[in-house]
Amino acid sequence: MKTWEFIVRRLLLLIPVLIGVTIITFTVSHVIPSDPARAFAGGPKAQPDVIERITKELHLDEPIWMQYFYYLNDIIHFNLGKSYLESRPVSDSLSQYFPATFELTIFAMFFAIPLGIVGGIISAIRRNKLSDHITRIIAIAGYSLPIFWLALMLQYSFAYQIPILPLEGRLGIGMDAPSSITGLYVIDSILTGNLETLGSSLYHIILPAFTLGFATLALILRMTRSSMLEVMGMDYIRTGRAKGLSERSIIFKHALRNALIPTITVTGLAFGGLLGGAVLTETIFNWPGMGRFAAAAVLGFDFNAVMGFTILIAIIYVSANLIVDILYAVVDPRVKLGGG
Amino acid sequence: MDRILPHFKALDDFLKKHESKIKDLKFMGHLFRKSLLSMIGLLLILIMIFLALFAPLIASQHPSYVKVSTEQGTTVTEERWDIDFDQKLLPPSGEHLFGTDDYGRDIFSMVIYGSQTSFRISIIVVAVSTLIGIILGGIAGYFGGIIDEILMRITDIFLAIPYLILAMAVAAALGRSIDHIMEALIIVWWPTYARLMRGQVLAVREQQYVEAARSIGASNPRILIRHILPNAFSPLLVEITLDLGAVLLVAAGLSFIGLGASPGTAEWGLMISSGRIHMLHAWWYVTFPGLAILFVVLGFNLLGDGLRDITDPKLRR
Repeated sequence: MKTWEFIVRRLLLLIPVLIGVTIITFTVSHVIPSDPARAFAGGPKAQPDVIERITKELHLDEPIWMQYFYYLNDIIHFNLGKSYLESRPVSDSLSQYFPATFELTIFAMFFAIPLGIVGGIISAIRRNKLSDHITRIIAIAGYSLPIFWLALMLQYSFAYQIPILPLEGRLGIGMDAPSSITGLYVIDSILTGNLETLGSSLYHIILPAFTLGFATLALILRMTRSSMLEVMGMDYIRTGRAKGLSERSIIFKHALRNALIPTITVTGLAFGGLLGGAVLTETIFNWPGMGRFAAAAVLGFDFNAVMGFTILIAIIYVSANLIVDILYAVVDPRVKLGGG
Repeated sequence: MDRILPHFKALDDFLKKHESKIKDLKFMGHLFRKSLLSMIGLLLILIMIFLALFAPLIASQHPSYVKVSTEQGTTVTEERWDIDFDQKLLPPSGEHLFGTDDYGRDIFSMVIYGSQTSFRISIIVVAVSTLIGIILGGIAGYFGGIIDEILMRITDIFLAIPYLILAMAVAAALGRSIDHIMEALIIVWWPTYARLMRGQVLAVREQQYVEAARSIGASNPRILIRHILPNAFSPLLVEITLDLGAVLLVAAGLSFIGLGASPGTAEWGLMISSGRIHMLHAWWYVTFPGLAILFVVLGFNLLGDGLRDITDPKLRR
């Protein structure tokens, strides 16, 4: 199979998954609540006239399968209903908050992936030495720390006790956002040549990005370490050693390439953890992204917003894993030959 | 003696019959005892289970009680929610080991009682998910074909949504309560077990001993339960151990957002959430419940990792 054939095939497989995802979100929003109209109308304190209007608007008085088709039609047109907290379409809110979450996630990955790979390699080639034990402790801590508690502890330590970093937000108080080109403050600051906002936005992203990326760092550390150990035990590595290759060339030219393949797959999965973690991290660092919006929506009974956020995240996550799968096929030809 | 002897014989037969298995278990036990980290994990969990079981004896007050006054050496307690200003946000001391919260309640007692809530959530969620997963995954793997295809595509779809977010949406749809958090987590968690179980079944389905059982006329349920399930035991055990910690983490996160227990309950995530606004002048309020979560989850992770190393022959070195 050629690479493009594989990509087309994978894209086609995406359609049933996306339909399935909408069936799940439809079930969650229209079937699970005891009174969907009330849920959509703002929960316990909903007014009867609003409930009646919502019932008409969402066709909640029609058969369930008809409701699904109306729902699907709305989603295809990116019509996610109105947010009660922000009195505007949910899609508007989500598109306003998307860049902040995107920026945070990218920074978290930029910190977690390289550090995780390097740490994993060091850990594997110095197995059972001190540096190995330290990386393993970091890895297991990353799995066990509640991310919201880590965020609070970091805030307390580095923004209050030793005040070297800001407590919350994306920019210093009173500072205007750089004119929006991409919506990512760091990129926009560079593009507009605004050094002041560049410094401030970098300064503000350190703690939230570290918090968010910590669990991913742990995951990648662990994956790289174990796959590196496995590869280093293989015959072709012994052959390399036997014919007198330098240790450096064995590790970087021969072992690493194969050891990184599982790490790539894990990165796609880790992305889901990042998106979930963003809800907690953004809430604590008051980061104006989609996660904070969703957490506020949950508390404020803004059901449209919660469901809109869930659908968008599912689409992002599915697409991210598609990209990873394609990358995987490019790196490892066996995947394509396996017939997908 | 005559009455005891047959029992000895039965025991002897049992030991003979399972000699290789017992030897294997003994070897695993030996490996486990040698693994320092797994022992630490086990110890952490045993401590927390002990605290949860004997909470009424260890905690100085019940979480829903506020200490009102001390009269002639005896403590008078009363169930009430109004704030006791004298006892509010006291730093850790001999009397209040972890300090007090904004209602004047003893945080140490709340952390102890909170362990009951957390264990209950984790155990129920993991037990129900495992059961659903074993049944559906077992059926899918054993019968294959169209049933397998449909079930696996369903799990694909569930796994296509990050679990914290799906659980959050389901819990939001059900409304705020601990029971709803558990239901939401079960909905999110069962696909993992279904896939694990299916993989295990596929691995042994065509083995000769299963074939043999089938040829002597064993029924399908019997083959699944007696011959296939035991083989899936170790990977399931590892997954269950790790998930007990993972479920606890996610449940605490949902509580933190405000989806779980009603305000005032002794629940770790909720305590951190209510302590957050007091963090800068009462660090103990958020710190100790968080440490408790870290301890339990760390315990399960260390134990699960250790079990994986022991039960996976490839990793035995």
